[in-house]
Amino acid sequence: MEDLDNLKATELTLGLPGTDAPEKPSPASTTGANKRANEECCLPVAKKQVVGWPPLRSYRMNSIRIRKMEAEDNTGIYVKVGMDGAPYLRKVDLGVYTGYKELTEALNDMFKCFSLGGAEGHEESGYAITYEDKDGDWMLVGDVPWEMFISSCKRMRIMKGSEARGLSSST
Amino acid sequence: MTYFPEEVVEHIFDFLSSHRDRNIVSTVCKAWYRVERLSRRIVFVGNCYAVRPGRVMARFPGMKCLSVKGKPHFADFNLVPHDWGGFALPWIEAAARGCPGLEELRLKRMVVSDESLELLARSFPNFKALVLVSCEGFTTDGLAAIATHCRGLRELDLQENEVEDHGRQWLSCFPDSCTSLESLNFACLKGEVNAGALERLVARCVNLRSLKLNRAISVESLARILARTPHLVELGTGSFTVEHRAEAYQRLIHAFRKCKSLKSLSGFWDVAPRCLQSIYSICPNLTVLNLSYAPAIQGADLVKLIRHCFKLQKLWVLDCIGDKGLAVVASTCQELQELRVFPSDIYGTGTAAVTEEGLVAISSGCSKLNSLLYFCHQMTNAALITVAKNCPHFTRFRLCILDPGKPDPDTNQPLDEGFGAIVRSCKDLRRLSLSGLLTDKVFLYIGEYAARLEMLSIAFAGDSDKGMVYVLNGCKNLRKLEIRDSPFGDAALLVNVGKYETMRSLWMSSCDVTLGGCKALAAKMPRLNVEVINDRDESDEMEENPSDMHKVEKMYVYRTLAGARNDAPEFVEIL
Repeated sequence: MEDLDNLKATELTLGLPGTDAPEKPSPASTTGANKRANEECCLPVAKKQVVGWPPLRSYRMNSIRIRKMEAEDNTGIYVKVGMDGAPYLRKVDLGVYTGYKELTEALNDMFKCFSLGGAEGHEESGYAITYEDKDGDWMLVGDVPWEMFISSCKRMRIMKGSEARGLSSST
Repeated sequence: MTYFPEEVVEHIFDFLSSHRDRNIVSTVCKAWYRVERLSRRIVFVGNCYAVRPGRVMARFPGMKCLSVKGKPHFADFNLVPHDWGGFALPWIEAAARGCPGLEELRLKRMVVSDESLELLARSFPNFKALVLVSCEGFTTDGLAAIATHCRGLRELDLQENEVEDHGRQWLSCFPDSCTSLESLNFACLKGEVNAGALERLVARCVNLRSLKLNRAISVESLARILARTPHLVELGTGSFTVEHRAEAYQRLIHAFRKCKSLKSLSGFWDVAPRCLQSIYSICPNLTVLNLSYAPAIQGADLVKLIRHCFKLQKLWVLDCIGDKGLAVVASTCQELQELRVFPSDIYGTGTAAVTEEGLVAISSGCSKLNSLLYFCHQMTNAALITVAKNCPHFTRFRLCILDPGKPDPDTNQPLDEGFGAIVRSCKDLRRLSLSGLLTDKVFLYIGEYAARLEMLSIAFAGDSDKGMVYVLNGCKNLRKLEIRDSPFGDAALLVNVGKYETMRSLWMSSCDVTLGGCKALAAKMPRLNVEVINDRDESDEMEENPSDMHKVEKMYVYRTLAGARNDAPEFVEIL
C-alpha cells in the first residue's frame, strides 16, 4: 500500500490546476447496487464542503451525485500530444475539458517548460495545435464543434516555428 | 348584521377563496364564526404542530380538503435531523374519526408511514385526491393499499418523495373497475411497475389529463401509452434513451403528433440530444417545460429546442444552458413567468455555466417574469439593479450564488445595493432568498421596502444583530424567517418577541443565539414553542446541564395553540 502512495506523489496528473481528481472505487464494481453503496465514500471533496449547501433538495442532490458516479465510470478519451523539440510526448484526457479554450490553456501549461523562448518570445503566436483525425489527415484544432473534435481526434501535435507560420491557432 | 339569514351569509362566504379571508371573517362575531366554520370545505394547516388535529376536525366538520405541512423548509437541505417529527398519522387518525367525508389530502414535508396510508385508504369512502410532496417514510406497500381501496380515486400525485421500493406491483393493484384517474404522478419512484398494467390503466381512465412516469418506464412503453392517451395535457416522460433510428422512436414521434393538448412536459432522464427532435411538434403549444433532470442536453441542443417554445410560461433547466442559452430564452419566450436554473455541477470542478449576464438577458426579454430561482457562480450589483428595473413584478426572487459570501466580482463590494434595488422595485415581493456577500445594510433595505414580504431566507449574511432587527421591526407581513450561519444573537432574538406570534415560524442555525437567549424567549412567550435541536453527534458529548452561555446549534420557534408536542425525539428540547 505504501508503494502505491509514493507512486501517487510523483504521478503526473492531467486535471486542471486546482481540481481534485475524484477517487475511483477500488474494485471496479459495475452493478447498480454497489454504485450506490460506494456513493458516500467516493465523492470528490468539494472545495468548500458545507452542510446543506448549495440549497438543493436531497432528491435533486442525489440525482446529481448518481449522474456524477455514472459519468466517472466512463474511461477517459486519452490522446497523445507531441510538441516539436520536446523530448517526450504527453497524454491528455479530452473528456475532462469542456471546450477549446480549456484545452489550449492546459496544453500551454503542460508544454511551457519546452517553450523555445527564442525568436518572438510571444506566448500565443508562433505555434499551431494540430490533430490527426479518423481519416489520418492532420487538421488545425478549432475548426469543428468541440463534440465532433473529441470524437474524431486520434492524436495531437503542437507545431512551432516556420511550419506554424500563417497557421497560428486563435483561441 | 344579525338580521341577515345565515344562508345568505354562507353564500357570501362562498365567494371567499383565500384562507386568510375566511380566517378574518370568522373573527368578526360569533354568528359569523359559526357560519364560516360549518361551511369551510378547504382547510390549510401551515404547521402541523401549531394546532392539534382533533381541534381542526372539531372546528370544521364539513371539511373536504385538508393540507398540512410538517418539517421546516430547511429540512429540504438536510439541516433538520431525520427523526425530528412531522408525522402524518395523527392527522389521518383524527380525520378518520372527525371528518370521514374527506376527499382530498395534501401533505408536504411529513413523515407518512405505510400504516397511515393503509388507514387513509380504508377510512374515507369518498376519497378522491392524495398529494404528497417531499414526504418520506412510506413504501410501495402503502401505495398498493391506496390503489386497492380508494374507489373513485381521481388524483395520485407523488412529488419528490423518498419512497422505499418493496417491489410489490402496486400499480397493478388498481382494480379493473378503476376508471376515474385524472392525474397520476409517480416520477419519484425508483422501482419498476408493470408496464402492461400501466398501459391498461391509462387506457381505461378516459379522463386522464396528467401523467408523470418514472425513470423505469421505457420509450417503447411511452409510445404505447401515448397512443392510448391522446388527450393528455401534462406528461412526464420516463427514461428517454432510444436509438433515434429505432422503430420505437418513430412510433413515439407519431404518438406525440397526435397529442394536440399537451401543454406541459417534464422527465427526460437520460435523454440523448438527438431524441429531443421528437418533441419539436409539441413545443409550440408548451406552457410548461421541465428539463432539470436532463444534464445530457447541453447548451446548443437546448437552444434548438427552446426556439420552438414561444408560448412557454414556466421553464426549469440546468445551468448547462449557459448565458447564451438564456439569451435565446429571453428572445423566444416572451410569455415567461417562472424560471428556475439549477446547478448541474456542485463540486466546483467545471467551468462557470451561468452568470449575471444570463439573468440580465432574461430580464430584458421576459417582462412578465414574476418567479425566479437562479443558481449561479457570480452576481453583480449592476446586474441586479438592471434586473430590478426590467422586472418589477417579481413575487418570488431566489438567488443562490454557489460560493457562500462571494462579493460582486467587478467591484469586490457586497451585494447590498443589488438586493436593495430588487426590494425597492418589486413591491409585490412575497418571497426572497439572499446569497453572496451581504452586510447589515441589505437588511436595512429589506426592512424598509419589502412591505409584502412573507418569507425570507438568509445564509452567510450580515455583520451584527442590527441586521436581524431591521427585518423583525420592518417587514410587517413576514410569516417565515429562516437563517443559517449568520452573526445574529440573543439581542436580536429578543428585541421584538411579540413579532413571533404574528409569524408562522423562525429558524436559526449556526448563528450566535445561546441557550440562555432561547430560555428567555420561551419564558416571555408561552404560546411559542422554542425548540432547541441538538446535533446527534454532539449530544453524546454534551454535558447533562449545558450552560446558558452555550451557543445553540439549531433553533426552531413557532406559534402554537397546542403547547409542547409530545412526539419530540430525544435530541429536541422544547423550552
